[in-house]
Amino acid sequence: MSTGLGDRTVIAGIGQTEFSRNSGRSELQLAAEASLAALDDAGLSVCDVDGMVTYTLDSTGEFELVRSLGIKELRYYSRAPYGGAATCAVVLHAAAAIASGAANVVLIYRAFNERSGRRFGLPQAPAAVSSNGSYWWRWYIPFGLDTPAKWAALHFQRYMHVYGVTNEDFGLYSVACRKYAANNPNAYFYQRPITLEEHQNSRWIVEPVLRLLDCCQESDGGVAIVITSRERGRDLRHKPVRIVAAAQSALWGGDIVSDYYHDDICGMAEIGDIAAKLWTQSGLRPGDIQAAMLYDHFSPIVFMHLEEFGFCGRGEARDFIKDGNIEIGGALPVNTHGGLLGEAYIHGLNHINEGVRQLRGAAINQLPNVEHVLVSAGMSGLILGQA
Amino acid sequence: MKRRVPLPVRDDQFFWDGVAQGEIRLQRCAGCGKLRHPPGPICPWCHSLEVRIERASGRGTVYSYVIPRHTAIESDGDPVIVALIELEEGARLVSNLCGVAPDRVRNGMAVEVFFTEFEDGVRLHQFRPMEGSA
Repeated sequence: MSTGLGDRTVIAGIGQTEFSRNSGRSELQLAAEASLAALDDAGLSVCDVDGMVTYTLDSTGEFELVRSLGIKELRYYSRAPYGGAATCAVVLHAAAAIASGAANVVLIYRAFNERSGRRFGLPQAPAAVSSNGSYWWRWYIPFGLDTPAKWAALHFQRYMHVYGVTNEDFGLYSVACRKYAANNPNAYFYQRPITLEEHQNSRWIVEPVLRLLDCCQESDGGVAIVITSRERGRDLRHKPVRIVAAAQSALWGGDIVSDYYHDDICGMAEIGDIAAKLWTQSGLRPGDIQAAMLYDHFSPIVFMHLEEFGFCGRGEARDFIKDGNIEIGGALPVNTHGGLLGEAYIHGLNHINEGVRQLRGAAINQLPNVEHVLVSAGMSGLILGQA
Repeated sequence: MKRRVPLPVRDDQFFWDGVAQGEIRLQRCAGCGKLRHPPGPICPWCHSLEVRIERASGRGTVYSYVIPRHTAIESDGDPVIVALIELEEGARLVSNLCGVAPDRVRNGMAVEVFFTEFEDGVRLHQFRPMEGSA
């Protein structure tokens, strides 16, 4: 296979803070709390940590977290580019560091006050130079395309046009994930399921693509993950979760949040590329996956994930979801914690924690016989498995 | 009406100079002859640094469109329509669609460019339906 990462690294621990709309504390504190929870879950201490990875968009500097936690010495630290695109990339970077011998125990963190602090959903100003992808947004913002919902919607409308998909179809996903969230005490929308009628009555955000209930939350909170080698993972607190395959993708013609320049934008070429890489690395097929955690900043991207990974054909995600396939008992339960729409928007990292819980048999909406979980965030993806 | 400044940078100044002159300008590689947009300093096919700047016809079709219900830009009461325009030359370009009711917009609709002066001297390319296509 094309990578040796799969057999050599594991997720040893996961941690998170509560998810809210106002954490009442600093982003550094959220990062520190989530990190300690993940280390405790792994049965490791700060003295074991010698590597660190986060998103380029995270505001907590490595030195601040090292100082706060009392970490003695880092041998490796890096950041994965952009926002949601970094979701599984941070695990790839950590696993690559461990597989190469650059580090032994890598702490991954992502923490922000994205609701009470700087809200991503508010209109953005153009930037001449930036590392977060906003360089291209200069071409969009003067025309009123100034939020992630708008960038993404202009891409999704083409998909709707070509396959005859409606906003009500997208609502099928919102209803399904809110049902999972309603049963999850850690979800912001705990005990608050929605009906398709409520979805259709929620206000337009970007017509004719996204209503309010198609859009993820803006959340405060922190998530952390501890990665180590397979050998080191053997005698820790929990049975480790194997990193079976991990990949990032950047393709010519691609863009961040939007996707306007590929010949065909009725899917997302990078997701298809991630799918090909993960299937090749793992030797697995769609039928080998028992659950999928799919990045869901907006409901339509879940449709593209299902189609690009081959869980259903092009334009068929609507029927796949309508037939109950993403719910418990279906062919591929999706976002069993409630997703970014139902649980919280911690930039996708909370999806990985749910994947780990499903493999440990510790999820609130636990599925039977979980051998492999897919986690995908468009520009990066993972297959996790039983060790 | 107020709009954000497009914020030209060195690699696309020619485009915004074109907008100021009332035309859409595109880069064509002087080495291999391929058209590219958004602009860039180097040809991704042959790596030539030489370009010819060409004036686009300004005609195209609506590739996709949206009507944002909450936007920082102001309009005179009409909903702002944002469209991804596919120019005749093949390049895709984000712009606004004017002179058509939101419920009359269709993918594939034939459109043509015009230019509007907004507040603070911000000049932008806009599109409207070609005569007979609305």
